[in-house]
Amino acid sequence: MRWSNPPASVAPASHWRSRGRLVPAVGAILAFTAVLLVSGAPEEKHISIFSTAANYSLPVLERNGDEYVGLLELFEPLGAVNAKTAGPHWKFRYYDVESEFTAGKTRARIRGSDFDLPSNFVLENRRGLVPLSCLGTLLPRILGGPVTFNQNSRRLFIGNVAVHFTAQVSKTTPPKLVINFTAPVNPMIATEPGRLRMVFTHEAVVAPGSSVLTFDSTIIPSASFQENNGAAELVVAGTLPLIATFSHDGRSITVEPPAQAATPTQPPQQTAAGPAPASPTSVTTTPAATRRYFAVIDPSHGGDERGASLTSQLAEKDITLAFARRLRQELEASGLATLLLRDGDSTLSLDQRASLTNSAHPAIYICVHAASQGNGVRFYTALVPAGTENRGPFLGWDAAQSSYQSASRAAAMSLAKELPGKQIPARSLIAPLRPLNSITSAALALEVAPASDDVSQLNSPAYQQLIAGAIAAGLADLRGQLEAER
Amino acid sequence: MIPRHLIVGIAVLLAITLGMSFYAWKMRSRADRSELSAENSQPVAPPVSGATEQVILYVAYDDTGVLRAKPVRIPLPAGRQERAAEMLRALLNLYLDKFTPHPLGPGSDVRDVYLVDPGLAVIDLNAAFADSHRSGILVEELTVVSLVETLSANIPGITRVKILVDGKDRDTLAGHADLSIFFEVPAINQLVVQLQSTQ
Repeated sequence: MRWSNPPASVAPASHWRSRGRLVPAVGAILAFTAVLLVSGAPEEKHISIFSTAANYSLPVLERNGDEYVGLLELFEPLGAVNAKTAGPHWKFRYYDVESEFTAGKTRARIRGSDFDLPSNFVLENRRGLVPLSCLGTLLPRILGGPVTFNQNSRRLFIGNVAVHFTAQVSKTTPPKLVINFTAPVNPMIATEPGRLRMVFTHEAVVAPGSSVLTFDSTIIPSASFQENNGAAELVVAGTLPLIATFSHDGRSITVEPPAQAATPTQPPQQTAAGPAPASPTSVTTTPAATRRYFAVIDPSHGGDERGASLTSQLAEKDITLAFARRLRQELEASGLATLLLRDGDSTLSLDQRASLTNSAHPAIYICVHAASQGNGVRFYTALVPAGTENRGPFLGWDAAQSSYQSASRAAAMSLAKELPGKQIPARSLIAPLRPLNSITSAALALEVAPASDDVSQLNSPAYQQLIAGAIAAGLADLRGQLEAER
Repeated sequence: MIPRHLIVGIAVLLAITLGMSFYAWKMRSRADRSELSAENSQPVAPPVSGATEQVILYVAYDDTGVLRAKPVRIPLPAGRQERAAEMLRALLNLYLDKFTPHPLGPGSDVRDVYLVDPGLAVIDLNAAFADSHRSGILVEELTVVSLVETLSANIPGITRVKILVDGKDRDTLAGHADLSIFFEVPAINQLVVQLQSTQ
């Protein structure tokens, strides 16, 4: 069969003219779509707050072209707070300091004096939002202490919490960059061709004198420090692949080429184009392995992932965080070193949670959930999927828990026996629940439900404290057994 | 010169040949049509009516957080896959009832059940099932175990069950129960024992 084209004269001239207009239009649409796809969704804005009580981050909201943050959420981790709404007025109390804000007004009263906000106060669903730009002046009035706010990077330091560092390259072969911090740090580390990135999201690391540090080394020529969207980033440039190791309980990070990379058969070739181009391939590690935690507590969900909507205003992610903080406090009070995987409203994937936990090598991992159905507390251990086998020293990611299942179940059953003594019903079950099956230690999840039909009980400090205290006591009793199986 | 009677004879034979060909073509078309209509008249699935059979449904009860076996009599088709789907629909009908012990969202349904590879059953739920499901470890676990146990207890030979949503893999049912795995029936049986007790 042959296809024949119609003669050119069949197509009227207007057809070709319209096609001529159509082609650029289609091209423009395709280009616009490509730009949208490449640019992706805008990055969510966060503010990070560093204080002696807690380090956490909160989402920044755009209202009327200005950046706002929830005042109650900002103060909640710092101490006793409450807020009441009366018409357009929003009364806020932090310990004995009273403040009053009015929706749509800039004038507020704090400690009995007037205070002018740079933009109108916003009241949304009984939630009071203040402009971000006023935090540097508003917070000292309420807290009665010094506050440093870097608005460009959205990092807020309450009190003298800043972590400083010094960096020095040793004259050894291969050279080592030793970075000493004034407090333990736990950055996310990514190694990329030509550089090693350390991102500090939960540490109050502040800039050295200069944002760019230069070293007398061809292998590690420089490092640069920058702050953005609540996080600080230290990027070490290298002409060889670099790795980071931690020492002094996380107070020191040593950056150096790995052994085989340090003795190359051919010297690295410096091209005119500069350092090797960055590739999207990166390896994320954590220094937690250098510390010795008894327990890792994982407040489930967080950030974009709200978890269950327990009531119209109560999200699971908030209850899990509040409860996890209480549990950490109770465990620390019993002398059990505890790591909280998230201490703010941040998003962590399930694999990240497992990876961070496995790096910390705790005696036990506890994942906290909350539910409105049922009563009391339910403890869950992993339902490890079949078909994934551990081969010798290599553990299948989905079945890494299999060697620790008996320890996990013993711990869950023991804790479930602890609670009925406090008039709290408890059960122990297995469940198909990630990331339990990827954890290489005793691991369990607990689901806290109200003791009665009143779901708001989940938010009650007394109820949370009762359960946290009982679980911490149970874990303290299990300490020897869990440490032995570590 | 060709004799006249020979030309007439050839013309008659040609006419007969054409007539026979046309007749054969018509007969063949008729036969095709009758075969097609016979195929179309066969039911896609046997009617779900008539004699009933007893099956055991594993029903979740939210108030006590337990799973209980409940014998019911339902009409079942002949095919294994169709029987499996009907059993799960009977279970879902309980959950979609006004006085249900374990409510599911409106429109929740089982799209299909596939019995493939010896021992493997694949349950394909519709999107409304997962999207409207309540979130929580226990409440999601009760749903998953109820489906898997109902299927494996009534269809002999099932050793593994995979749950899909709208024909695709899904990470969790509603934020908790892991749907990415294959549920091994012996492990689910062990879980059923736990879920039949409130302790």
